[in-house]
Amino acid sequence: MGAPLIGARVERKEDYRFLTGAGQYTDDVELPRQSYAVFVRSPHAHAILKKISLDQARKAPGFIAAYTGEDFAAAKLGGLPCGWLITDVNGQPMKEPPHPCLAQGKVRHVGDQVAIVIAETSAQARDAAELVAVDYKVLPAVVDGAKARAKGAPQLHDIAPDNTCYVWAIGDKAVADAAFAKAAHVTKLEFINNRLIPNAMEPRVANGAYSRADDSYTLYVASQNPHVERLLMTAFVMGLPEHKVRVVAGDVGGGFGSKIYLYAEDVAVTWAAKQVNRPVKWTSDRSEAFLTDAHGRDHHTVAELAMDKDGKFLAMRVKTTANVGAYLSTFASCVPTILYATLLAGQYKTPVIHCEVTAVFTNTTPVDAYRGAGRPEATYVVERLVETAAREMKLDPAEIRRRNFITEFPYQTPVALQYDIGDYNATMDAAQQLADVAGFSKRKEESVKKGKLRGLGYAAYIEACGIAPSAVAGSLGARAGLFEAGEVRVHPTGSVTVFTGSHSHGQGHETTFAQVVADRLGIGIDSVDIVHGDTSKVLFGMGTYGSRSIAVGGTAIVKALDKIVAKGKKIAAHLLEAAETDVVYDRGIYKVAGTDKQKTFGEVAFAAYVPHNYPHDKLEPGLNENAFYDPANFTFPAGTYVCEVEVDPETGVVKIDKFTAVDDFGKIINPMIVEGQVHGGLTQGIGQALTESCQYDATGQLLTGSFMDYCLPRATDVPFYQVDTRETPCTHNPLGVKGCGEAGAIGAPAALMNAITDALGVKDMPMPATPQAVWKVLNNKQAA
Amino acid sequence: MAVKVSLKVNGKSVVAEVEERTLLVTVIREHLRLTGTHVGCDTAQCGACTVSMNGRAVKSCSMLAMQAEGTEVMTIEGVAHADGTLHPMQAAFKEHHGLQCGFCTPGMVINAIDFAKHHPDPSEQEIREALEGNLCRCTGYHNIVKAIGAGARAMAASK
Ligand code: FES
Ligand code: FES
Repeated sequence: MGAPLIGARVERKEDYRFLTGAGQYTDDVELPRQSYAVFVRSPHAHAILKKISLDQARKAPGFIAAYTGEDFAAAKLGGLPCGWLITDVNGQPMKEPPHPCLAQGKVRHVGDQVAIVIAETSAQARDAAELVAVDYKVLPAVVDGAKARAKGAPQLHDIAPDNTCYVWAIGDKAVADAAFAKAAHVTKLEFINNRLIPNAMEPRVANGAYSRADDSYTLYVASQNPHVERLLMTAFVMGLPEHKVRVVAGDVGGGFGSKIYLYAEDVAVTWAAKQVNRPVKWTSDRSEAFLTDAHGRDHHTVAELAMDKDGKFLAMRVKTTANVGAYLSTFASCVPTILYATLLAGQYKTPVIHCEVTAVFTNTTPVDAYRGAGRPEATYVVERLVETAAREMKLDPAEIRRRNFITEFPYQTPVALQYDIGDYNATMDAAQQLADVAGFSKRKEESVKKGKLRGLGYAAYIEACGIAPSAVAGSLGARAGLFEAGEVRVHPTGSVTVFTGSHSHGQGHETTFAQVVADRLGIGIDSVDIVHGDTSKVLFGMGTYGSRSIAVGGTAIVKALDKIVAKGKKIAAHLLEAAETDVVYDRGIYKVAGTDKQKTFGEVAFAAYVPHNYPHDKLEPGLNENAFYDPANFTFPAGTYVCEVEVDPETGVVKIDKFTAVDDFGKIINPMIVEGQVHGGLTQGIGQALTESCQYDATGQLLTGSFMDYCLPRATDVPFYQVDTRETPCTHNPLGVKGCGEAGAIGAPAALMNAITDALGVKDMPMPATPQAVWKVLNNKQAA
Repeated sequence: MAVKVSLKVNGKSVVAEVEERTLLVTVIREHLRLTGTHVGCDTAQCGACTVSMNGRAVKSCSMLAMQAEGTEVMTIEGVAHADGTLHPMQAAFKEHHGLQCGFCTPGMVINAIDFAKHHPDPSEQEIREALEGNLCRCTGYHNIVKAIGAGARAMAASK
């Protein structure tokens, strides 16, 4: 068979349907006897629910049913669970306040669900919901994480005094303090990692159906992990057996983390479908998405780096307050701890690191994983510190990094992770070349002539992907396994359907995974289809997040492929009347070594399904194999980003002149798709640094609740990117892959803010660096 | 009050009975079940709902169905050739990986086709400015901009 498919720029198999309007997103699913739900939501950030009256709503045209928290309590529906237990510094479990699907007695953020109203059409449901009268006693609210623990701050949950979920720490504080005492230089920064609103372009949708015929449920939902959704919903909330619930996540219009979680609406429509004995569909509008999709980031951090006189890192101390919002979302607890503090070593040999994280509840939308999840926050800490340290010590920022790069692998960091492989000098070298760092001073002169400021900034990031070895995750508090499952079904004529527990919502698995399968089997890519996103088809799955699909999901498929090839060998040996050990498989053909005897993959598949001449005493017919893969370690993509900006001091407008990204993702299956992932990640990272910021007023009203107030990057905000890769194959999975989905969002903010602070000649600059913010910083500098 | 709206969609005459407040996008998605046209926002910002009306790209979330009376609308389902071959702009999006999750894509393609008619050889800046009303959260626009440039030139060449 032709050229290798692994590493090839194959155009995407899924594109035809998306380009012709034939995608099937969840809102496109319309079931017979469909009904429509609208949620009544709290307009207040913090209030006692005194009375809910449904009387007027019941009279509205098309009204079918409405339910409140009382109905849910009577039905004994549980609250939404948190999937990761964090143990605090005193050895106590984190505080886990109830997270009811519909509010019970109190609402805790604007948008909190109060009632579900179901009607014949979506317009009628909306009209009826308007008629639900809710009597609130408004309470004072707290929105700022840094203020949540202050004396007299409004208290959200009885079981969480001082609004504190946990105080958690990693590393040896005494050793770190001792290192700081001996340091020649200490660099200290205090900053906010701004809260972001994910805004996948497809809003969330959930369509629940129930069949009396077999007492079973089907939930169509825009989700990144349908099996996890089913597990959480059945086992922890509804008390249903899993075999009675099917979850389907077909085409999903982007996730970025926000569609990982089990949401109240998903449970509510599923439960209500049985009550009204009709399918119930809820489609979020964008305003609801702003209020109810889990937000990201929101850290307040003080960080210090201790160095010797040569700029060698001696120790790092970090203190972070993480605002988790009003309730614990599904993975909220592990994002600012396990996924954050363990990455604080970055690419460096810092021998001692201590980090303390305080997670607090506030009257805001719950915060959870958003593209990068903890790792962008860690990279921001490390890379802003390192760049600032270089400037303070008058060292070249690339040079200070090189002096501290980890160069020997495997490397055990002081914060629990063991990096298997990397070459940080290689990505730094390549990035410097591609970005033409050497020509920067010339370009700067040109800018100065025009009355503009020019700056250059680096970020040398690392991330932990391929989450995760289940035993390790379990010991750290994960309440789920983190393996992946795959199934390879060879059809009688040799074409193949592969079922994966990974989920694609833009990443292009239908192509990338098909490349892996076709390449490994030596068959044409058109003979391979990838199926995902339906619990009734796929045997099991943990889904897609943390850039895990190819490293974990891909490996599960490879393991299943190995079984297929091995069984095929037995069949071929029988057909060729040869010893199994003499049969080799070579790109689609079983051959007897040293002879011209051979059988094609298709012939062997046919024999497996039409087993007239078949080793029935030794083998079952058929050619279908499953595999589960639990990774041996995380994977560690890393790279260097270089950003160059030009700032207009008159207006404060920042123009990104060049953005260069050189990543090491290990082996690459489809460079076109990988580049696309980097472009998208970079743009979200640039969004965080330049345009996006979730803002609440003091009463907890969301001020940035639409695309008119919350500035998603547009095409004119970003440049063409210069991207390239270097490759150190991952040592512990057969494909040598690491994952590429989040890197851009992880590395971009620090690189951009380093460039801006360089241009402005200042140490601190808050994100996002909007023209107004930049102008203010420049004016303050001049005044000082 | 129900009203009757008659229009042509993808070359076919259709009559829909709707409430006065019904939006054009609702008729397209719910009455005609042409679900390739998407709804990504409620403030006319994202462009996922863009359709072509009398040859011009419009946001179907920002029009009442009644305003479409007597017009000719083309949705993404009507863009490819009758035999299923992709329109040059669609083909350019595929070749240049100008889409990831595909949710913004129908609006992007329809808008790009309208733009390309007036810009047979557009510059990067012209393309970026033309995307003012179309948001994409996946691609970072890089490959969309490339695709539109290539698609515009292909359209011009095939004239
Ligand atoms: S749905 Fe029409 S512009 Fe967003
Ligand atoms: S491709 Fe996903 S929003 Fe554009």
